[in-house]
Amino acid sequence: MFELLFFSLLNGIVTGLLLFMLASGLTLIFSMMGVLNFAHASFYMLGAYFAYTISLYVGFWPGLIIAPILVGLFGALVERYGLRYVHRWGHVAELIFTFGLAFLIEEVVQFIWGKDTKAYHEPEILQFALFTVFGQDFPAYKAFMLLISIGIFIMLLMILTRSRVGLIIQAAITKPNMTAMLGHNVPLVFMGVFGVGSALAGLAGVIAGPALGTFPGMAVVLGSIVFVIVVVGGLGSLGGAFVASLIIGLLQTFAIALDYSVSDLLAVFSITTEADSALRDLWTLSLPQVAPILPYLLLVLILIFRPTGLFGKRET
Amino acid sequence: MSSAIQLNDVRKSFGPTEIIRGVDLDIQKGERHAIIGPNGAGKSTLFHLVSGRYKLSGGHVHLNGEEISNLSPYEIYRKGLSRSFQVTNIFPMMSVFENVRCGLMWSKDYKYSFWHLVDREKELNHRTAAVLEEIGLTSRQHVPAGVLTYAEQRALEIGIASAGGAEVIMLDEPTAGMSHSETDQAIALIRKITEGKTLVMVEHDMGVVFDLADRISVLVYGEIIATDTPENIRNNKAVQEAYLGAEAEDA
Amino acid sequence: MSEIANTQTGEISAPFAKRFGPWIFLAVALIVLPLIFSSNIAVYTMNLMGIFIIFALSYNMLLGQGGMLSFGHAVYFGLGGFMSVHFMNYIEYEVVVLPMFMLPIFGGIIGLVFAIIVGSFSTRRAGTVFAMISLGIGELIAASSLIFVAFFGGEEGVSGDRTMGPVIMDVDFAQDIEVYYLIAAWAFVTIALMYLFSRTPMGRMANAVRDNDERAEFIGYSQRKVRFISFCASGFFAGIAGGLFAINFEIVTEENLNALTSGVVLLMTYIGGVGFFIGPIVGAVVFTLLQTVLSNHTEIWQLYVGVMFVLTVMYVPQGLTGIMAMHIPAYRMKRLSGLVVPYIKAGIPTILMLSGIVSFLEMVHHVRAAALGETMMSLIGIEFDTHTVMPWVISGVLAVVGGYLTKSQMPQLREAWEQANAPLDSGEGASS
Repeated sequence: MFELLFFSLLNGIVTGLLLFMLASGLTLIFSMMGVLNFAHASFYMLGAYFAYTISLYVGFWPGLIIAPILVGLFGALVERYGLRYVHRWGHVAELIFTFGLAFLIEEVVQFIWGKDTKAYHEPEILQFALFTVFGQDFPAYKAFMLLISIGIFIMLLMILTRSRVGLIIQAAITKPNMTAMLGHNVPLVFMGVFGVGSALAGLAGVIAGPALGTFPGMAVVLGSIVFVIVVVGGLGSLGGAFVASLIIGLLQTFAIALDYSVSDLLAVFSITTEADSALRDLWTLSLPQVAPILPYLLLVLILIFRPTGLFGKRET
Repeated sequence: MSSAIQLNDVRKSFGPTEIIRGVDLDIQKGERHAIIGPNGAGKSTLFHLVSGRYKLSGGHVHLNGEEISNLSPYEIYRKGLSRSFQVTNIFPMMSVFENVRCGLMWSKDYKYSFWHLVDREKELNHRTAAVLEEIGLTSRQHVPAGVLTYAEQRALEIGIASAGGAEVIMLDEPTAGMSHSETDQAIALIRKITEGKTLVMVEHDMGVVFDLADRISVLVYGEIIATDTPENIRNNKAVQEAYLGAEAEDA
Repeated sequence: MSEIANTQTGEISAPFAKRFGPWIFLAVALIVLPLIFSSNIAVYTMNLMGIFIIFALSYNMLLGQGGMLSFGHAVYFGLGGFMSVHFMNYIEYEVVVLPMFMLPIFGGIIGLVFAIIVGSFSTRRAGTVFAMISLGIGELIAASSLIFVAFFGGEEGVSGDRTMGPVIMDVDFAQDIEVYYLIAAWAFVTIALMYLFSRTPMGRMANAVRDNDERAEFIGYSQRKVRFISFCASGFFAGIAGGLFAINFEIVTEENLNALTSGVVLLMTYIGGVGFFIGPIVGAVVFTLLQTVLSNHTEIWQLYVGVMFVLTVMYVPQGLTGIMAMHIPAYRMKRLSGLVVPYIKAGIPTILMLSGIVSFLEMVHHVRAAALGETMMSLIGIEFDTHTVMPWVISGVLAVVGGYLTKSQMPQLREAWEQANAPLDSGEGASS
């Protein structure tokens, strides 16, 4: 039991921090520009594919730097020539634009790289078990992912709290209209934030690609989960996004690890169920089965009962 | 005469700042009442409180003797109070005709009906045409409301507010931003549509106020410092100091 | 039938032809179409079209009429499909006695019931909150459908047999053409109902709330209730579309209620144009044609659809119907003929450019996807070797020259357009 908890906790944190790398950028974009960027996870996918292609020629490590930069540049271009143009048609059009972009990027990825999963692997020096407890290995690559995520987290924190740019961004999050009056070049800030947010998503893709697989569906798998985090955490709250990322990460790993079903629960209250009733699926429902729906359940509940999210101050 | 709108110690705070600081006001049925005051005095806020857009922080509002404090806007409307907005607030993508007709539908008892066809309802469409005639927009009825000129939008705004035949009509700066001739037309229009009804208006243009109002209330920093006939308000010392004086100096 | 054609609202008794003309035309078209296009593939396509038309129209009750952007509309479509296919099986096993053509009703009812449940909390606000709730519910139901196998049938879905119902007037739905007329009848009725809905006080207020939800409250209407009723009606019609889908394909799977289908309905509605009643109909027809025709000729049709969608959102947010409607003023002034020549002049180079780009993409795809050693491919009947230089050069030249010519034609096109739309009094002498 303890080993289960230990590894679930560790895996949950790895997943959570990875999700935060995506969610932080999305939160920044969402709260500054009011745009829920549906294509955010597509940037994550692009990161993985770029890094894969780069790794074919020069290996894993250069890709770790180059791929996110490329994705960031691409994101900035999308903001400058796409989103800013669509802005004139209103918010709904912006949402639909990013939605269409996500669809298009998936098609383009399939066009360029094909439909099958790419053989994008972790570098060889990281292919060993870092430690073994309770007879179970903890791969070094996961520790590496953990390190990168924590590093990014600290860097973000430093930039946002210690630098001038960070202060402008914080002001823009809480009072979007104020910043323009202060005389800052808001369009440039927007483009920069969009670019950096995309680059972060790209970096997440680079390090997640080898662990979670590099395939055209990888954006869809993570995309909606990241929205859940942003909304659950609360608009304009990076702290909220961080907590929500960890919650969702842990929720998913624990739900998969703990194999209990409804009938187990009922058995505790000594209620027996008929194996053949129409509701049989409900009685045999187990935690690993419901794991994929838990984030969405959380999302809907939060939106109904606390539209500002866990830590947000503004209504979504 | 009985009162149409009664405000008892109405208060509104945004965070720590109190914008409306205990307003008592009694507006009689059939009266044309103007609320004046310097910028930032809280005139529009007071309107929003009465019409249900904002929740009260304290006090009571009565409409025809019935308490309407903190009801939602549509409940207050259904009790017979209709209002216009300072910033033009119409349905921009619908035609002018549709704008007015929507303003009529509830009062004609259609409610949320999805079994009547609006184009078949003779009485509804005749009444709409009549209102359009009144506000002088008949020739523009097929145009999307969003492309009307500013003055036309203001007229439409008044038309939507008055279409339903509410007993109490509140107009928030109906002539703001209009030229002289447009203002004269607007005054005539307001006079016509509020015939026999109760009118409450916020207005900056003193010409309009003294022309239309039976009584005037002066709101300064969230408090009413005087309520009286136009004649007496003009001669009121406190008012002159607090408001008219300042205006005169500006001019 | 468009909004534009219907702003003659002041007149109470429009001429008979004007009021019923479009409907008679629609009815005749629905009856005659399969006589003209009678091949199997044509009937298959038209069946799909009919289903998508209802689905897209129901979606536009939210997006276009009510201002609610939903990312989970397939839920009501899919649930309607599942419910209908279950009833199809009940009929087969004689649990209930019903004619098959009534199945979509049950689809509609479950769509309505779910819309009532979801709408009771999701319609409080429009905008992003509504969009997010719809997305969350969509994912929730799609994920649940893989868990509750008894109702959703798991990965394989639920299938039935539409021919097992009681035979009425010799119709047992064994043939696609019989299903076509069933879908056509349902489409006619639902299109009429949805159109009429938009002309009721409720439908008018849906537009008002879309335009300005706050002001709607000050003329007596609760914005939440207006949205809620629109939402329920929309769920009902989506469920009917799902029921027809079940009859047509005799199988309903998780895919019919997941995010992909929700995305498809958004896509076709938007391409068609959300500002017009007939927009979604145009969108559904065009999308189905693209889907069936393009997918027969190219494997990367979805790429083209994606590009088209993004370009639509960026440059023609009013959709295909909007483009058509833009020509109405010029048509009224009888100046449309002045646009024909500039259109042809700009159109031919555009086609050249597009064919250059498309052939380039197709060749790239062929080089990557074709079996090893297979270097010959054919485009519109022309056979060539993709591993030689010439085809690449030709496609490149086509794209560049076509693009250049298109660009050079643009000023003339713009001038012609402005001339055609100039106000009557000032531009009359010059243009005629």
